[in-house]
Amino acid sequence: MKRNLREQFIWLLIAFGGWLIIDLLTFGGVINSFMLTIITMIEINVILAVSLNLILGISGQFSLGHAGFMAIGAYASAIITQSLPTIWGFFLSIVVGIVIASFIALIEGIPTLRLKGDYLAIATLGVSEIIRITINNLEITNGPKGIYNLPQFSNWSLVYIFACIVTLIIVNLIHSKTGRAILAVRDNEIAASAVGVNPTKYKVIAFTIGAAGASLAGSLYANYIQSVTPGDFTFMQSISVLIMVVLGGVGSITGSVLAAVVLGVVDTVLQNYGALRMVLYSLILIIFMLFRPAGFLGNWEFSVKRFFTKQKSSRENKS
Amino acid sequence: MNLLEVKNLTKNFGGLTAVDDVSLHVADQELVALIGPNGAGKTTIFNLLTGVNAPSSGTISLKIDGKLQLLNQQPVSKIADLGLARTFQNIRLFEQMTVLDNVMVAMTSKVSENPLSEVLRLPSFYEKETQMKDKAIKLLELFDLADSVNQKASNLAYGQQRRLEIVRALATAPKLLFLDEPAAGMNPRETAELTASIKMIQEKFKIAVILIEHDMKLVMELAQRIYVLEYGRLIAEGQPKEIQNNPEVIRAYLGGDDLELF
Repeated sequence: MKRNLREQFIWLLIAFGGWLIIDLLTFGGVINSFMLTIITMIEINVILAVSLNLILGISGQFSLGHAGFMAIGAYASAIITQSLPTIWGFFLSIVVGIVIASFIALIEGIPTLRLKGDYLAIATLGVSEIIRITINNLEITNGPKGIYNLPQFSNWSLVYIFACIVTLIIVNLIHSKTGRAILAVRDNEIAASAVGVNPTKYKVIAFTIGAAGASLAGSLYANYIQSVTPGDFTFMQSISVLIMVVLGGVGSITGSVLAAVVLGVVDTVLQNYGALRMVLYSLILIIFMLFRPAGFLGNWEFSVKRFFTKQKSSRENKS
Repeated sequence: MNLLEVKNLTKNFGGLTAVDDVSLHVADQELVALIGPNGAGKTTIFNLLTGVNAPSSGTISLKIDGKLQLLNQQPVSKIADLGLARTFQNIRLFEQMTVLDNVMVAMTSKVSENPLSEVLRLPSFYEKETQMKDKAIKLLELFDLADSVNQKASNLAYGQQRRLEIVRALATAPKLLFLDEPAAGMNPRETAELTASIKMIQEKFKIAVILIEHDMKLVMELAQRIYVLEYGRLIAEGQPKEIQNNPEVIRAYLGGDDLELF
């Protein structure tokens, strides 16, 4: 019992340590406001990648619709904070976005999660495009022009806190009864249903939570960038999140976080190369996938628990 | 009242009638064997009973709280939840998960857990998790798998994988256990161990067992009653002794009646 609490406590400590480092570096002038923008975008990408990995890696469903759910969150926040420009209005808009995105994921998931592999990818892509085109044609979303001059409520530390919360929720979920059932469905659907696990139910749970994560990221994004347009949430946005998940290792949450950070840094460094930027970026991805097709970490996970048991056993060996 | 009551079960795959008007029953704590030549429809019957395939006609009912309840049209996971557990002819484990997790997954529908307490790691989460873990380890100990709890299921030896499938099925707390060729690919020593295990399951867990098996030594030693299938039809039913001397059965297996079978 105490060990268990200690594990959670260490996670909090690591999270706080990271926050403190960035804060001190900002205070000391090492990190300028440009770098802070990059850090915030990386944090948003962490939320996106971790939540997509729950769908793609943990539940094994090939979804290409992450941008659609992100758009829902972004527009929910944009619309609500325009008429309610307070921090509580912003938090309310996050909740509204999550509720709408989860609801759409539920409606979408129940029929489409019966599909497998490529078919599911096409179906989720389709729904994502429907969401974007609907936004493009509605009056409340201001059509293709988008919404500008939003109040800036999210900053790097708020996004940091949310990124930690999302990661912790998803990691805790994976290591629980629900998570085991989700993994079992991924490993062998027929066997899972033969032991009383309803495959559709657990696929939909993973898909809905993943969608909620994307919506949260969208809300934070909109009120950080202070503008939203339908063009921000095209197919390419889904693909860029997919790249992070695949590069980090499908099924490894640690990998998703790492990949979001690495790609964020690579992207920033490459901005000095002008037109060559996308060529170099693609080249790096191709070379990387050639040498490590399973991603940075495969399905390895950082674990506080294992870290401690290792130390313990090595201490026992010495004595 | 019988535990399982199957009436006039028929399954057509296109023009092929894989199971043809089969009626059978299993009593509480009975050990029944289903035998027959390859392609007789034994596994299809298992698939129909566990809901993997829907029957073309006929009824399947299970005794629940003293009343017979129809299982037709129920989803597989619901049927498993009601008390029908099975193993597979070709092993189907959760290969990327540990041995312990494989067993704990099977308790999913039996343990109620608030998702909020899972995510927030409330004390009740750890309590239930420990309960499930203890139960799983006890089951694994019974089948000599306690040493490999933290191994990936795919790393187990073949015989261990077969045993793990049985443990996983038992973890669902079934009323009726279906074993689809449990001795397939085992050497005589392993088969003997398996025979002892199946006896132990029936006595210790007080459940009924239906078993498909080609190993006649195992079937004759274990089964209290035997059903014989050929081309999807039942051709005989009875005690092991009766089946051994049944001319229909001998003809089905050997194509003539002048040969000694068993």
